[in-house]
Amino acid sequence: MNYSEERIRKFNGIDESKLHEFVVEFRKYKTELNRKFLEREGWEPIDVSKVRSFIPGTITKIYVEEMQHVEEGAPLMILEAMKMKNTVFAERAGTILKINAKEGERVPKSMVIFEFDLD
Amino acid sequence: MASSKKVRELQKRREEIQLGGGEKAIQKQVAMGKMTARERIIELLDNGSFNEYDLFVEHDARDFGMEQKKLHGDGVVTGTGTVGGKPVCIFAQDFTVAGGSLGSMHARKITKIMDHSLKMRMPLIGINDSGGARIQEGVNSLAGYGEIFFRNTLASGVIPQISVILGPCAGGAVYSPALTDFVFVVDNISKMFITGPEVIKTVLGEDISMEELGGARVHSEMTGNAHFFAESEAECFEQIKMLLSYIPWSNSAERVQKEVVEPRKEFNINRIVPADKRMPYDVRDVIRSVSDDSAFLEVQENWAANIVIGFGRINGKTVGYVANQPKVLAGVLDVDSSDKSARFIRYCDAFNIPIVTLVDLPGYLPGVDQEHAGVIRHGAKVLYAYSEATVPKITVILRKAYGGGYIAMNSRHLRADFVFAWPDAEVAVMGPEGAANIIFRKEIATAEDPDKVRKEKVDEYIEKFANPYVAAAKGFIDSVIEPKETRNVLKHALEVSGNKEIGMPKKKHGIPPF
Repeated sequence: MNYSEERIRKFNGIDESKLHEFVVEFRKYKTELNRKFLEREGWEPIDVSKVRSFIPGTITKIYVEEMQHVEEGAPLMILEAMKMKNTVFAERAGTILKINAKEGERVPKSMVIFEFDLD
Repeated sequence: MASSKKVRELQKRREEIQLGGGEKAIQKQVAMGKMTARERIIELLDNGSFNEYDLFVEHDARDFGMEQKKLHGDGVVTGTGTVGGKPVCIFAQDFTVAGGSLGSMHARKITKIMDHSLKMRMPLIGINDSGGARIQEGVNSLAGYGEIFFRNTLASGVIPQISVILGPCAGGAVYSPALTDFVFVVDNISKMFITGPEVIKTVLGEDISMEELGGARVHSEMTGNAHFFAESEAECFEQIKMLLSYIPWSNSAERVQKEVVEPRKEFNINRIVPADKRMPYDVRDVIRSVSDDSAFLEVQENWAANIVIGFGRINGKTVGYVANQPKVLAGVLDVDSSDKSARFIRYCDAFNIPIVTLVDLPGYLPGVDQEHAGVIRHGAKVLYAYSEATVPKITVILRKAYGGGYIAMNSRHLRADFVFAWPDAEVAVMGPEGAANIIFRKEIATAEDPDKVRKEKVDEYIEKFANPYVAAAKGFIDSVIEPKETRNVLKHALEVSGNKEIGMPKKKHGIPPF
């Protein structure tokens, strides 16, 4: 059984070239990092002046224009995804500085669609 | 005596059905690097031990022209045989017959052999290679899946259940493997997902290949859905046989006593763990240095590698190891490693396999992603699994055991039967740097040379608390031992735990933080 001989009794040791510094509770450890750790998403605070697509989909309607002032709760666009027409509303009142998409455009998730100057 | 005419008819029927989907379909299967369902069974079981049942089963679909079609064996081969001389139940879906699609009779063949394995208390091996539900059979097909999932759950913790993914296994079908104990995958052949690349592309606009979405590597490294990864089907079968050599045949079967072979000389236990607490080593070398013949069968080798789980033998009998791995992410506990170890602890407990825990961890992985992924709930699984386990539980603290990590890793407080520590062990509420920064915050902040004072205070803390003797003085550690004594100490601890019996409060079942 080559599986048993090869994999079951191998001495592993450490490959120094793969080691990184890694801090836990003020102490720096030498260790390898795994793929999942390296690919994790960093945290960014939510910027409420930007309205992003909450799901990938198609913008079928835009109700507002650049430099227009809107009140809280005003409809901004319809983002159609998974056969649902989702109306997206303004969460705060403010002036729309920039609109980064057109009607009929397919957008990915988390794309900034509206940039606000909040009141 | 049967007439020769009737015997010839039987032979003819058998031959026809055993050809599955026919020569053309078989050629396609082989071209994909896959064996046929029957070849797989024969390769896995002991020579000549396979007995097939329900060869003559026919489907009962009456719509969409299905009544005109004959599907040999209804796309699945079922039977019994032996592995290593011991009985097993097995089924293998036959992709050459209607894509191995699951109709009601196909499902009934599977549930019949499942019932048999549970009744007769023997392992069930399921080889999955199927396009999914047989759409023409509608809700009858769904009923079939449901019946399988239900039986997977009933048999869980009673008989070992092994799933081998040797083809596509998509949609609802993946839930049967997910409910079983061990999932085996093969590079480029196994594919598992709930919704496939086409749907994801249509609905979400995300473009991903089947391999990147749910290939063998993804499930071995990223999701943890697979427990064993192989390069080929032949290697996969070797792995299954190896696993079966370690695990008991049911929850009422005794662990098998094998010949005791001493560990190999190249695994010198004195030379593996560096004294510098910041430096890594491979904890699997420690496991091999105390295990019979230095053999260790690792489970989920490539997923959450910051904790190591798997089987070895001490004194000829199987034990389950759970060990922090300083080589990867310094051995921290996190969402995935908690999940991985907790489930393994429960496996060992269900099948009466003693657990040996090797401790060396700096604490929990810091990060917003961890907190938001629910490290509280996942970390709690480890506490739950250890506390609930009634098998012999033995701990060896190799180096660091700080804070919550110390408690979680089978401490005395969770009812470990024996806790040993090496002389280099540091058992403390947190690492010296962190502790000194908090306790001596004022002294450090007001000092003329804060760095110098900090270093003095850290050294002071190390001197006083970073050792095994404070915990030993309280009886939390039973004995401080030299590394070279470890194997003998473990042998003895396992020997004297042989008749362990403890009571737990009467309950239907607990509510683990799933």
